[in-house]
Amino acid sequence: MRAGSLFRGFSERLDRSRWLGPLLTSPALLLLAIFLAYPLFLGVWLGFTNAKIGWPGRWIGLENYRLLFSDPVFRITAFNTVLYTGVTVVFKLTLGLTLALLLNQRFPGYRLARSLMLLPWIVPTVLSAIAWWWILDPQFSFINWSLERLGLIDQGINFLGDEWLARASLIVANIWRGIPFFAIGFLAGLQAIPKELLEAARVDGASPWQTFWHVTWPLLLPLTTILTTFSTIWTFTDFQLVWVITRGGPANATHLFVTLAYQRAIPGGALGEGAAIAAFTLPLLLLLSWAALRALRRQL
Amino acid sequence: MRRSRWFTLYIPVILFLVFLLFPFYWMVLTSIKPNNELVSTTANPFWVRHPTFSHILYLLRETSYPRWFWNTMAVAAGATVVSVVASYLAAFAIARLRFRGSEGLSLGIYLAYLVPPAILFIPLADILLKLRMFDRLWSLVLVYTTFLIPFCTWLLIGYLKNIPVELEEAARIDGASRLQVMTQIILPLSVPGIISATIFAFTLSWNEYLYALVFMSSPENKTVPVGLTTELIRGDLYQWGPLMAGALLGTLPVVAIYFFFVEYYVSGLAGALKE
Repeated sequence: MRAGSLFRGFSERLDRSRWLGPLLTSPALLLLAIFLAYPLFLGVWLGFTNAKIGWPGRWIGLENYRLLFSDPVFRITAFNTVLYTGVTVVFKLTLGLTLALLLNQRFPGYRLARSLMLLPWIVPTVLSAIAWWWILDPQFSFINWSLERLGLIDQGINFLGDEWLARASLIVANIWRGIPFFAIGFLAGLQAIPKELLEAARVDGASPWQTFWHVTWPLLLPLTTILTTFSTIWTFTDFQLVWVITRGGPANATHLFVTLAYQRAIPGGALGEGAAIAAFTLPLLLLLSWAALRALRRQL
Repeated sequence: MRRSRWFTLYIPVILFLVFLLFPFYWMVLTSIKPNNELVSTTANPFWVRHPTFSHILYLLRETSYPRWFWNTMAVAAGATVVSVVASYLAAFAIARLRFRGSEGLSLGIYLAYLVPPAILFIPLADILLKLRMFDRLWSLVLVYTTFLIPFCTWLLIGYLKNIPVELEEAARIDGASRLQVMTQIILPLSVPGIISATIFAFTLSWNEYLYALVFMSSPENKTVPVGLTTELIRGDLYQWGPLMAGALLGTLPVVAIYFFFVEYYVSGLAGALKE
């Protein structure tokens, strides 16, 4: 009798939003609290300690940061990260938008072209990075083979042996991987633009170029902010491409924040120092999250 | 007119596709090229004269590749199931129920998606070591939920908001409880959204590298990307044939799923960006 009424009370409560809502969200929240929110704060804390793997470490204040600022490898890393992100995002955005404008037209095989172009973004980055690594092999690269046949060079170019060539190679590989994301995002945006607007512009005598600048582009702007924000965050915190293709080499010249953080923290064992390096991505992340939130609010 | 279409459309599209697809051609070509052709400096590198399956057979028989493949499959499947279920429940609550903090929750979910693994892997390594969860495949299942749940929840909220409220109200008037509404009315209608979330979750877990690289140490616990980059690369001796064969086989599952569900990918991505 008691158990029965207890059960009825429970199922009645379960039917109220203010009980059911928190109950249904709790599995997701619990997982995110343990494995996302807590580590986020722990990471910032670790950056102020000299923790090693298997040793908790002590609070050392800004010591990690002081050492990093006087570390030439870290300075190159900061430079690389900004260069890598800045250059690739600009190219990914413009090339992705160009591809989207091309694929927004009807032509024989346009469906196939649309699905094929997304492949670099779908397949595991590490696996395509291995392919890039092999493409850039100093001895057996087909690029060297072709250039030699054309008589342009006598000796193979060592793409990953020279710091600037290595940086350029990584930038090309990253652009390759990032174009499809922008293209598919812009393609969805283009298809959401009402046909009447474009038609009206044409009737008013606007050239295709004018239509693009005065109708299409302004309508795509909020989407551009979102795509750029996501891409910037992913590129700024990239690890896989660089780690597989150059491992930060030659002579630590191509490290990004995250590859350096990994190298120092995991194989090197210096958790505190690694956490401090990774924390350098936080200010930009906060700024971009704020920008993304604003863009989102405007669109809703 | 015809001529200009070649210059403004066909040629640019072909150039884009050649650039975007070339590495895959190279992957396929290398994985069936015999070693003497791979290291030949005279043979045309763009073609293969005597195709061979020896690299693939080597990979399947002489290395732990099959094991890594099943590990990746198991982790991806586990993480997908856990994340999609948790995300569906959370998305239903956020999109359909009014309760304290639901606004803040949907904001938090969006922000959680912006937190990259790059700033979590070091503290997570510390936590997993302390909890004795290091080098265990199931710990990857739990860790992967940190990027899967925000993405799937976000995608499903957008999807659920588009299902008319009238259906739900009608069922409520007929005496259905909220849980019955969720499982019997809304669930069948959200199948396309759930398919989108599932294939994205599976693809994202299949492609994950950093966490698996840091948290898995014994060779028999590695995933395909980690196994290939740590076990098949030894010193200066690169086994390009098996490496490319491994990369090729490792991309096949996601490529197959992708081509089978292409529409869901596109609509899912468009939905996730829009909402």
